[in-house]
Amino acid sequence: MAEIKSVIGTQNKKGQVYTDPWKMLHEAPRTPSFFTGSEVIKEAIRRASCDVMIAYPITPQSEAAALIGELFAEGYIGDYFRGESEFAVMSQCAGASFGGARVFTTTAGPGTMRAMENFPMWAGARLPIQMIVTCRGINSPLSIQPDTLEIAYLLNTGMLVWHAETAQDFFDWILKGYIVSEEPDVHLPLALCCDGFFVTHTKDVVNLTPTDMCLPPYDPYRSPVPCMDMECPPVRMMRDPFVMKSNYISYATHASWQQEIWAAVERSRKHTIHWLNGLVDTENTDADIVIVASGTAVSQGREAIRMLEDEGVRCGLVKVKALRPWPEEEIREATKNAKHIFVPEFNVTGWLAKEIRATVPNSQRVHAGPHVCGGMTMPPEIIVSEIKTTLGMKTFSLAGRGS
Amino acid sequence: MSKERIQISEALYDIMPSDYQDLVKSATYGKEDRGWKDIGTSKELIEQHSLCAGCPESMAFRYILASLPNPEDTVMVGSTGCTSLVFPMVAVHNIHSLFGNQNAIASGLKRALSVRFPGRVKDVVVLAGDGATVDIGLDMTLQAWFRQEKFTTICFDNELYANTGGQESGLMQKGFVAKMAPVGKLFDKVRLPEIARESGCHYVVNCTVSKPSLVEKVIRNAVHIAREIGPTYLQLYTPCILEIGKNSMEGLQEMRDSEKPAERFAYKEYVSEPAKQLLAELAAKDKERKAAAKQLAAQAQAN
Repeated sequence: MAEIKSVIGTQNKKGQVYTDPWKMLHEAPRTPSFFTGSEVIKEAIRRASCDVMIAYPITPQSEAAALIGELFAEGYIGDYFRGESEFAVMSQCAGASFGGARVFTTTAGPGTMRAMENFPMWAGARLPIQMIVTCRGINSPLSIQPDTLEIAYLLNTGMLVWHAETAQDFFDWILKGYIVSEEPDVHLPLALCCDGFFVTHTKDVVNLTPTDMCLPPYDPYRSPVPCMDMECPPVRMMRDPFVMKSNYISYATHASWQQEIWAAVERSRKHTIHWLNGLVDTENTDADIVIVASGTAVSQGREAIRMLEDEGVRCGLVKVKALRPWPEEEIREATKNAKHIFVPEFNVTGWLAKEIRATVPNSQRVHAGPHVCGGMTMPPEIIVSEIKTTLGMKTFSLAGRGS
Repeated sequence: MSKERIQISEALYDIMPSDYQDLVKSATYGKEDRGWKDIGTSKELIEQHSLCAGCPESMAFRYILASLPNPEDTVMVGSTGCTSLVFPMVAVHNIHSLFGNQNAIASGLKRALSVRFPGRVKDVVVLAGDGATVDIGLDMTLQAWFRQEKFTTICFDNELYANTGGQESGLMQKGFVAKMAPVGKLFDKVRLPEIARESGCHYVVNCTVSKPSLVEKVIRNAVHIAREIGPTYLQLYTPCILEIGKNSMEGLQEMRDSEKPAERFAYKEYVSEPAKQLLAELAAKDKERKAAAKQLAAQAQAN
């Protein structure tokens, strides 16, 4: 056997040291920096040892996608170009990933929808591509405003789906995302979502790892399926392609592969718990009222809880970090004492509330709301009002038609 | 990948599939002047296929795989259609992902391979039908050419959607009555070879696959030019005998009839100036190599 040499401790061409990811993310000193979410994406990718990034302009991810281009010009990324549409870009990402590259891309709203055919293909082909989704409206008439409806469409693609609340989440999760995605027993794409504008275009203090440390490079030969680079024997995989056969073996092959994709999502659970320190974060879940939310709705919920506390109403909070794998046990446990579960969301259908209703016993406890959509903000007051109304408490009147 | 990489451990030899044993024993990987004449004498890179008996596409597949200059470092990209029924039986890495996105896949793939293997040859060859190339995937076909992506695009033009049962396609002839063209196709066959030239392809050929030696020549040229200079495009007539009402043995004649001087598949070629220069250099090198080999053979005979 040839001696296997670790790259840890060696330098890349930019002089960054390939660092043990756990040490880099948990032990290395952090520098507080005041950045927009888009700039934070750039800083995470600077440290991610990406081989290929493919960009396409769509608000609100255009700035981040262009900033990654600057990283390419500086020599931090192997290749970078602008594709012709999101459908093409996601296929180009697939091609690069099939060829053994660590791949990064970003999209939003209508772009996510345009590219949708690619996502189950990515998962089925076991391509650990990371895609940032800066959610925005997908409705007609045209909207560029924040709205998380597109996440609902990603939940059944076989991709891992995480929902970041803050720019700090973003920074850490982009790097951690590659570690989880590329585990041989996972090897699936990750949709790392955030609420467009609220996270991408606002400035926040983010604690960054040192610039001279980066993730070890992707090793495509740890993949559970062969890398398409003609560096391993081209085995004839089957006598007849299964697409043509209407027989039991064909059905069973497709069925077992679909099951394997979802088993891989399931196997990502232990890695995700390890790296994200749990699929959910919880506060005061012994309270009668618990708010369960993801993305920036968590921040609004937290503020509402503070306001309610001033009025003597005690509320707990569950921040859902991973949507796939779905934290079923964690949400059941965190809401077991709750008489009322509120699910504030930035979309019209309330997909998170539906998931939670399907998860917890006595689902009549789940109040799907408040909802805002189409780019409306969610002032904590409307969460407070929804909770107080449910509890039969007197509440201020919100903006309306007047009387 | 060198041929050493595919050797089988002695202890496992007898349990390996015979296809694979054959590949190791008698594939033309690494053979410099491999070509269509190896068909039937060496291990072919395509096994059985599930295409119709006598399908010209199956002939084209064999000629192309025998003619790739560097199969041991070639990755092919296919698309949905009749070609996707053959690729699982091809002994080079190949990707099928979606319908029509083949040139996008190839763009990402070629760039990844260039990043990962700097200074090494890794050829990428796209092979898809006319529906994939000209209709659903036209955007990505053209954009890859605009960007000067360095891979070869081969279109198997059978002038209709064969795999779904003979529907109208953009490369179908005007007036042809087909499914979804119930009163005959109302517009002309799309002139993709001309569009390819205008879109930046450095080598464009429009022909049939009736002559294996011609297919060998254009494949080698297309792959070499794509490797060194930029995009190349081959449009090969592989008639769907089933859908145009021909018998199994009539495919070859159909191609011969369609390549006569005034016909739509009369041999047409475009070579850009830099590509001409490259072909001349390659021809000179080839001549030199053959002369040296001849000299060696003569010396050996003299000794």
